[in-house]
Amino acid sequence: MITLQHEQLVFRFPHVDDDAGIRIDFQRTLRLPDDGHDYHLPPGLGRFPLRHIEDFDLGTSNYRKARGGIIMPMFQTDALWLNFSSLGYGRPELPVALKIGAGKINAVSGEKWGDGLSQDPQNYVVLPAQPWLDGFNVEKGKVRQFVAMPLGKGYTVEEQIDPESDVGGIQIEAIPMKKEAYEELKAKREEVSSMRFGVSMMMACEAPASMEMGLGMGGSMRQEIYDDEYGLDAWDLANSQRCFIMLANAEQWMSITGEEPPLSPISAEAYSKAGLPWFDYYDGDRKAIEGAKALGNIKSVKAIAEAKRADTWPKEKSKIDYLVKKTKGMNVSDGSW
Amino acid sequence: MSLRQVALRVGVEPAFLSKIERDVAPPPSEAKIVALAQALGEDPDLLLAMAGKVSSDLQAIIRKRPQLIGELLRQLKAQPDHAILSIVRQVTDGDW
Repeated sequence: MITLQHEQLVFRFPHVDDDAGIRIDFQRTLRLPDDGHDYHLPPGLGRFPLRHIEDFDLGTSNYRKARGGIIMPMFQTDALWLNFSSLGYGRPELPVALKIGAGKINAVSGEKWGDGLSQDPQNYVVLPAQPWLDGFNVEKGKVRQFVAMPLGKGYTVEEQIDPESDVGGIQIEAIPMKKEAYEELKAKREEVSSMRFGVSMMMACEAPASMEMGLGMGGSMRQEIYDDEYGLDAWDLANSQRCFIMLANAEQWMSITGEEPPLSPISAEAYSKAGLPWFDYYDGDRKAIEGAKALGNIKSVKAIAEAKRADTWPKEKSKIDYLVKKTKGMNVSDGSW
Repeated sequence: MSLRQVALRVGVEPAFLSKIERDVAPPPSEAKIVALAQALGEDPDLLLAMAGKVSSDLQAIIRKRPQLIGELLRQLKAQPDHAILSIVRQVTDGDW
């Protein structure tokens, strides 16, 4: 079962254990400059609000409710990362294979969304080894940031792969480890937990009129996606759970829900100038997978905007200097807030 | 994460946090406990309960319909987790 709790999606697998499951939240973050540099990991600046989609009148988009799931607001060029954690206070964590799609394009393999799991190429991340996912897997050890763009203008990854596509949103499928495999693993597992949060500061930004958003590619950053150490046989596909997250243009969020949308965070430059940290995560015990070949020809939002001579991508300073905090386990920033 | 780092993130003096940890000072405010839960990656309701508190949003829900919600909670008191979870609203999945 999937529930909403404190702006998190909670996936529970009670057939394994009462408190076996995972939490996923969508962290607001700095938009990386798209300037050819590979940045470190930007901070988490708070959770995007999540609401049950069927509670609201979406006007001409009401037919989208047939997909079920939740709705979440983003402004144009807002960036996000996915934050993963396990349920069960102080208990061993159930490994979960997680497929993540953007407009039904798999963010890890670059392939169209399909059933099941694959290891060639790997089309999922494995929790709890993978604490976060910030973008599309473009190269080994490198992702391009998830950035929201309105559908219908050709900026999103899905529209570059299929110009007719108008799926939008984020898709998630969680596949728990088989109960027997988990029981075997429990005794010998080492727990890993990581956090990465910064200071929440926001500014207003312009938004377009289009109602639905999809995800395009933003700036580049260093992030490894880890190899599945358990193998395909470990995963219990019969007990998978999935959720569609519709991305609503934040401009319409107030009229849809009656709530103020969260404003866009400050610029990466202003954040860094304030001496606030970026993050580096390294797990030397794990092997990173290769980048998705299918994403090799995808253009970034900035590159498309330049080709169109559009002012879609905000002006940015080249190469920002910033402070980096290394994080693994419980090492986190000690910024004041 | 060190006690000092947690204290800095939550905005309290490390000495105060140490006293709370050793149970020689009363628990901090709800806002501080929620910030502490975020800093530690824990559930705020769980930490509030450990501090003998109930979140203000839950209090507001009870105050709005005290008899109905009060009776509901009493009825659920002895139910196992899976029975309670069966009536929690679930995120739907449809055709996509």
